[in-house]
This record gives sequence, C-alpha cells and structure tokens, in this order.
Amino acid sequence: MRFVDEFRDAEQARALAARIAARCEPGRTYKFMEVCGGHTHTIYQHGLEDYLPEQVELVHGPGCPVCVIPMGRVDDAIAIAKRPEVILTSFGDMMRVPGGDGSFLDAKAAGADIRMVYSPLDALKIARQHPDRQVVFMAIGFETTAPSTAVTVLRAKAEGLANFSVFCNHVTILPAIKAILDSPDQRLDGFLGPGHVSTVIGCEPYRFIAEQYAKPLVVAGFEPLDILHSIDMLLAQLADGRCEIENQYSRVVPWDGNPTALKVLGDVLELRPFFEWRGLGFISHSALRLSEAYADFDAERRFDVPGVRVADPQSCQCGEVLKGVLKPWECKVFGTACTPETPIGTCMVSPEGACAAYYNFGRFRRQRLLQVTPR
Amino acid sequence: MCLGIPGEVVEIMTDRPDLAQVDVSGVRRAINIGLFEPGEITEGDWVLIHVGFALSKIDEAEATAAMDFLKSLGDAYADELTALRSSTID
Ligand code: SF4
Repeated sequence: MRFVDEFRDAEQARALAARIAARCEPGRTYKFMEVCGGHTHTIYQHGLEDYLPEQVELVHGPGCPVCVIPMGRVDDAIAIAKRPEVILTSFGDMMRVPGGDGSFLDAKAAGADIRMVYSPLDALKIARQHPDRQVVFMAIGFETTAPSTAVTVLRAKAEGLANFSVFCNHVTILPAIKAILDSPDQRLDGFLGPGHVSTVIGCEPYRFIAEQYAKPLVVAGFEPLDILHSIDMLLAQLADGRCEIENQYSRVVPWDGNPTALKVLGDVLELRPFFEWRGLGFISHSALRLSEAYADFDAERRFDVPGVRVADPQSCQCGEVLKGVLKPWECKVFGTACTPETPIGTCMVSPEGACAAYYNFGRFRRQRLLQVTPR
Repeated sequence: MCLGIPGEVVEIMTDRPDLAQVDVSGVRRAINIGLFEPGEITEGDWVLIHVGFALSKIDEAEATAAMDFLKSLGDAYADELTALRSSTID
C-alpha cells in the first residue's frame, strides 16, 4: 500500500486490502474490468488503486452512456435541433459532448432551442406546454435508463401528444461486454458487473460470460468497500478455480432484475440490427429503437437526419480507453488539448467517463504519489 | 446521470397511482413509480431514484449508506440533486 487518502471506511478498506493481497498468487497478475462508469468514478475519487497490490490491475470499461455516443449521432441531434419548430431536450451530461461540428452547447449558442432536463418526463411536460412546437427527447443510457424512456413514450401515446418524439440512443450492455471479450488486444481475468443496469436486467443474463468465456463476474455496488469486496470475491473465485456470476450488490440488485421494467422496455423498444459505438465501431444488436407500434414517436422517422458516420478526430484515443487498452493518461492529448472544459473525446465529458474521473481526481494523486514515493 | 438517489416515499398520489411524492434530503418531489406493479411500492418505502423514476426498492439502512456515499462524491451529487430539484414531473 502506497499513498492512501482517508475516507469513512478506511479501516475496513485496509482489512479488505490485506485479504485481497493474501489471495493473490505470487507471480500472477490479475486484470479486472469495471464495466460501469460509476465504478470508475469511485475508484479514482477514493484512490482505490492505492489499496490494491501491484498484481491487481483495474481497467475501465465501456459503461458510460455519454462516452459511447458517436459523433455522427450528436450531429444528427443537432440537425434536428436546428429546425425552427424543434425544442431538443437532453440530460445535462450530453451538452458538452463534441460532434463533428460542435456540441449541443455550441448549437444552443448559435440559436438552436436546446434545453436540459432531469427526466424524460420533464421533456414530456415541455411538449404539453408548447403544443405549437415539436419537442424531441435525446434518449441516452443503458438498460438503467431505457425503461424510463419507454414509460414516457407510453404516457405520450396515452395523452395523444403529437408533438413529442424520442431520438433514441439507448444501448445495451451485454453486446459491448461480448465485443470486448472477443477483442484480441484485451486479456481480462474477470469483471465487476454494473450495479444499476443489473437492477433492471438482473444477474442471469451475464451467465454467458462465465459459461462461454470462462470469466467470473461480480455485480458490484458503488461504494469504495463494495468495489474492494467485489475484487475480493473475484479473486476468491479464481483461487478456487470457480467461474461464476455473483451478486455483491444484492441489497439493491434483485437476482432476477425488475420484471415490470423489462416488460415495458420490451413493449416499447426493440433491438436495432446494429449501432455504432464511439471507439468500438459497429456492434450488432447492441442498441434500441422505438418498436413499430410506437414508430409515431420516433424522431428518426419524424425528421430527416443526415445519418452520416463521422470519424473521430485522429488525436482521440477514446476507443482504446473505452476498451480498457489504454489508461486515460496514456492518450496523447490527455490534460493538454483535451480537458473537461475543452473535451476532444467523450470520455472527458461525463463525470463517469474514465478521462474526466482521472483528470478530476487521479491526476493529483499521481502527482502526489510521485512526490512522496522515494525513488 | 447514472447516479441513483435514495428517497422515502411519503405519499402515493390517489388520482395518479403511477406517481408518488418522495422526500429526498428534506425536499419533496414527485417521481414516477410506473416501473413497479400497482401496490408494489407503498408509503414508507425507500427507493433509488434515477431520472425521475423509482428504479429499485431498498431498505432504510441502504438509503442512509447510499446518501452518505453520494455526499462524498461532492459535485457529481450536488449537480444531480440540483437537477432533481428543478424537475417538476407530473
Ligand atoms: S484524453 Fe480526450 S481524446 Fe484522449 S481518450 Fe480521453 S477523452 Fe478521448
């Protein structure tokens, strides 16, 4: 253990750290991916890597919904927002995400009516208040968020709101994990499974990771102790030669997820044949759109969108960061050309993005570490 | 946006059974409980709130622990709470 920032449960964390260290086989290294951006945030904020032995490496995964939106989709949304009759509504996290030609904030400054909302239901309310305008909700998020969009569409239909539609960018977590497992440049020993996604989908859908790829996965909570505890559970599985799906976060995540949410999701949304993920390219059956019965509320059908694929800037290495191949600070523009104020890539925008989390917390730790560690 | 904020259900709205009043750190807000079957969420329950929807039922001890943790996040939590407060869903 090197340089440790104190937090509430530091004592328990040290005890867990000792157990983790004791479980590591001499000479063996362990590489675990935390799939969810919320985990990445906790890991950097609390300096959890300092509690882990050198043998255990955490790599950051693709589970930040803002980070995986490709540039072309931002451009498409802006093209819709530029129509005079449109009010585009979006979560605050999307506002700075760069597209091929600027972000929502830039488009807003140039006159487009783009408004931040907390909930898709706030967007619905704006639609009710402005019957003369077209209100479009920019839907992003994994299975955690998609059911909320689905309920909102159901309400819009029940109310007969003809001026509301959804620009759907919901993505699903399993194909992304599969793409990473299939990627030749990544060798992983196990996964920390996403906490909130699992409240909806449950733990069973991860089974293929254990059965077909022989990797353990532990669904993990977001507190520092949850993450350390989950790493301990992964190491225990490896030590026993087991390979299972386990639920560390059972106080929030039911094993079978939320069947009501899954049903609404399945009624209103359907899988797209393929979808582009920033940095990961096209992944088949990895995203959702409105199903045929709700096509009237699909902004992609209501408005013409350019739908062009925009290549990421050459300097941007978000793809490698999202796959966990590169650490944030290994990107050439990290902290120089790319900062949270002037992001080049998406991972720098959302607080759950690996680059932003590292920029906000890890960087200072690293500087201090370099200062305090005797050479 | 991916944070879940704990709140205590103080009232199920009789005229709109898909909505509930919750108390989040002393602030009352309406949230949607349509991701649960009618009757599954009742007054006095604690829920994790995500984008204006009850996402998961939790117990009070978890709610307190989750709240302490969120406070430790600083800005990310403050922003989420400000956004929740600005929301007036109905
Ligand atoms: S530093 Fe910026 S460009 Fe580089 S990977 Fe991170 S977000 Fe992408």
